[in-house]
Amino acid sequence: MTIPVAMTVNGKPVSGKVEARTLLVQFLREHLGMTGTHVGCDTSQCGACVVHVDGKSVKSCTMLALQAEGAQVTTIEGLAESAEKLHPMQEAFRENHALQCGFCTPGMVMSAIDMVKRNNYQLDEATVRRELEGNLCRCTGYHNIVKAILAAAPAMKAAGV
Amino acid sequence: MTAQTGIGARVKRKEDLRFLTGTGRYVDDLPLARSTYAHFLRSPHAHARIKSIDISAAKAMPGVVEIFTGKDVADAKVGSLICGWVVKDKHGQPHKAPPHPVMAADTVRYVGDPVAMVVANSHDEAKDAAEAIKVDYEVLPSNVDLAKAFDGGAAQVHAEAPGNLVYDWEIGVKADVDAAFAKAAHVTKVDIVNNRLIPNAMEPRAAAAEYDKGTGQYTLWSTSQNPHVLRLILSAFVLGIPEHKLRVIAPDVGGGFGSKIFCYNEETMVCWAASRVGRPIKWTAERTESFQTDAHGRDHVTHAELALDKEGKFLALKVETIANMGAYLSTFSTAVPTYLYATLLAGQYTTPVIYANVKAALTHTAPVDAYRGAGRPEATFVVETIVSKAAQELKMDPAELRRKNFIPSDAFPYQTPVALQYDSGNYPPIIDEAMKMADYKGFEARRAEAKSRGKLRGIGFSSYIEACGLAPSQVIGQLGGGVGQWESAQIRFNPTGNVQVLTGAHSHGQSHETTFAQIVSDKLGVPIEQVEVVHGDTATTPFGMGSYGSRSLAVGGSAIMKAAHKIIAKGKKIAAHLMEASAADVVFENGIFKVAGTDKSVPLAQTVFAAYVPHNYPLAELEPGMDENAFYDPANFVYPAGTQICEIEVDPDTGVVEIVNFTAVDDFGNIINPMIVEGQVHGGIVQGVGQALLEKAVYDKDTGQLLSGSFNDYAMPRADDVPSFKLGYKVTPCPHNPLGVKGCGEAGAIAAPAAVMNAVHDALAPLGVSHVPMPATPLNVWQAIHGGARQAA
Repeated sequence: MTIPVAMTVNGKPVSGKVEARTLLVQFLREHLGMTGTHVGCDTSQCGACVVHVDGKSVKSCTMLALQAEGAQVTTIEGLAESAEKLHPMQEAFRENHALQCGFCTPGMVMSAIDMVKRNNYQLDEATVRRELEGNLCRCTGYHNIVKAILAAAPAMKAAGV
Repeated sequence: MTAQTGIGARVKRKEDLRFLTGTGRYVDDLPLARSTYAHFLRSPHAHARIKSIDISAAKAMPGVVEIFTGKDVADAKVGSLICGWVVKDKHGQPHKAPPHPVMAADTVRYVGDPVAMVVANSHDEAKDAAEAIKVDYEVLPSNVDLAKAFDGGAAQVHAEAPGNLVYDWEIGVKADVDAAFAKAAHVTKVDIVNNRLIPNAMEPRAAAAEYDKGTGQYTLWSTSQNPHVLRLILSAFVLGIPEHKLRVIAPDVGGGFGSKIFCYNEETMVCWAASRVGRPIKWTAERTESFQTDAHGRDHVTHAELALDKEGKFLALKVETIANMGAYLSTFSTAVPTYLYATLLAGQYTTPVIYANVKAALTHTAPVDAYRGAGRPEATFVVETIVSKAAQELKMDPAELRRKNFIPSDAFPYQTPVALQYDSGNYPPIIDEAMKMADYKGFEARRAEAKSRGKLRGIGFSSYIEACGLAPSQVIGQLGGGVGQWESAQIRFNPTGNVQVLTGAHSHGQSHETTFAQIVSDKLGVPIEQVEVVHGDTATTPFGMGSYGSRSLAVGGSAIMKAAHKIIAKGKKIAAHLMEASAADVVFENGIFKVAGTDKSVPLAQTVFAAYVPHNYPLAELEPGMDENAFYDPANFVYPAGTQICEIEVDPDTGVVEIVNFTAVDDFGNIINPMIVEGQVHGGIVQGVGQALLEKAVYDKDTGQLLSGSFNDYAMPRADDVPSFKLGYKVTPCPHNPLGVKGCGEAGAIAAPAAVMNAVHDALAPLGVSHVPMPATPLNVWQAIHGGARQAA
């Protein structure tokens, strides 16, 4: 049995029919073909699937698609204005070589943006490291991810995002 | 080329835009029309006989397309998965090679061994149906304990390997070593368990396949580090599909660390079944499956002894290791604890005689194979642990003891007693720089300050050597390796002047699209934005050996250099024709051909155009086109070396270890992109720190269940487990490859465990603690301090 669901993803209204058990990440990837959001585990530990739901970061593998009914969802695909104008967090990741294989990156970036906002654009290294508890990366050793987030915080403030 | 994009520049990565905007294309992201989805039913037992499998109820489940069991695969005469490296034991006999069925037909040998594949219209339907398959198992005794594998009473894994012994192998002359020990003023002994690790690349393994009935062509997308090698194995040994009828594509791959080198059951099954199902099949591992079935790493039990004279000079090293192979021999498993391990036991030192004996064991656990560093971390851990312990016993400064025994800077090339000939190196300046950066002089003051806060501070050294840049093919052949170890490259100019660089190496995080483009841009003077690196597709790239063993730049980059030289040589002839000069008088600088001593010049782009539109062209002597390929087979391994210094604080009340300072100084030869090299070192160090402080694969000794089977149970390093790092470089260029480069991909992981553990032991020495098992978890440390009676798991 399928149930209709509708939400706004990256500013565009979308709808579909899903099983009750369909996760938000499955809806994004398999129904909408938006494969930027990744699945790296089955225990909600790795954070590769983080998206923003109504402005808050959420592991989209811990939420049913139906729970996002009517919500405003932002994914990694919805951050950049254009290839030339990335979000300051994306730009900071690029500038600081904060990604290697790229698999954890969408979740890292989405978590990081939420982190910067929740901390009112003021972060120190210890806070960033503590707040990254829910995002695993096996490539970078976190060093450059931490650097990127610290660099992005003032850039986001300056850009008003 | 301009300093901003050429060799040595911190060029920002070309691959980043797609990864940062969610447009990377990993295997699971592929949209395949009419695709089906596979799910594997796996053994819940470590060892059992399959009495029967009943798929009738499952077949009737909604959405089920087909179900295959091990019997179907056996009936279809699918070959065994292979181990591609024949190690000869100390009597010259090849290692025991039990079969490795793609799916178990009669016996399962580890928890996770696949017994059936369900193909359905959706993944959920496949998974639901798998639950309806009834397997009647007769549970058999199992053994997951490496230390007990050779006990007479341990359960047999394969009849083909009596006593669970795969091989009993040795290197070095035991009598010489014994003679040196007889003269020793001091002998230091260590017993080491190198903990078993689970690689956990963030992208789980995945495979998708389709079959074109009209052409008989199979296409397999796989999370592979070496698509051509995978194709070769599947074609020649397992599936019998002619090599030209199988296209293997490894698109964006989310990390590998060794675990994606090997030919696995699932990708084999998906490929095999695609023609039978008649629709594409997709499979992506759930993380639990990654834990259970990705080839694990390390897992050694070692006893080592170091003989020293009264001045502290090393006289001899003796090592006995047993290495866990798991339940089946994975693709390169046999080479890891032999040729990639024991040949590195000289370390950076002049130890004149070395003997190592390695016994490989079968257990009822997942296969064990190469994981970042592959043998070299194990060797470094043995050598650097025993050297630091010797310093402690002799009350010598650990840096001083190392320095006293370093291979002298003027002794290269240096022949070690364990087969390898180090091509280059200069170790003393590395340790000096590391000690300066780590403020070694100020350590005792920091230790005293920490003590005033109730903390135990320790410092640890690890001076590693590694052999990478795999490898000279003839050496590999002599040692039993089943493949060549060259690399290929093709530089293909388009008529409009931009370039495709096709490489047989594969990038799964290493940044080849940037580094390789820098090389071509630098050498040929083409703007970097006009250089596109293509990899990972057997249909478009020349046959290549892939990426592992820190080989991509040293071997793959060298192949690119060779191809670039061919381009220049051809361009010179065309330019000479266009300028009506002799080719001998033409020089090439910054993308422009010039006639020496004149103002005549022709840019490379013009020769390219002339080559594709050969209206004014020496067609009688020269073929049209500008497209050159090259294969490069290295003359030797490359030998990166370095020193890491780790400083930690232990809270004696809780056993928690905090890394407060971490310095790494490396010699990677010439560096193409320092930003990318630093990233490789950071990541490597954290994998090494993970092994030292956090990670351990644990099987229940009674049931054989994998207890550390999820991210909830297996402690991956997280951002707040590690500090930021201080990195430094010293450069001795590699003398035998055209870029003068060594490898940087594994160094961090090779050196770090010993640096961390030596620091822990240094911190706890005042309490009389002589041994903390790795990983130094709070429990292990606390028990070491407080003499806990219960053995930590």
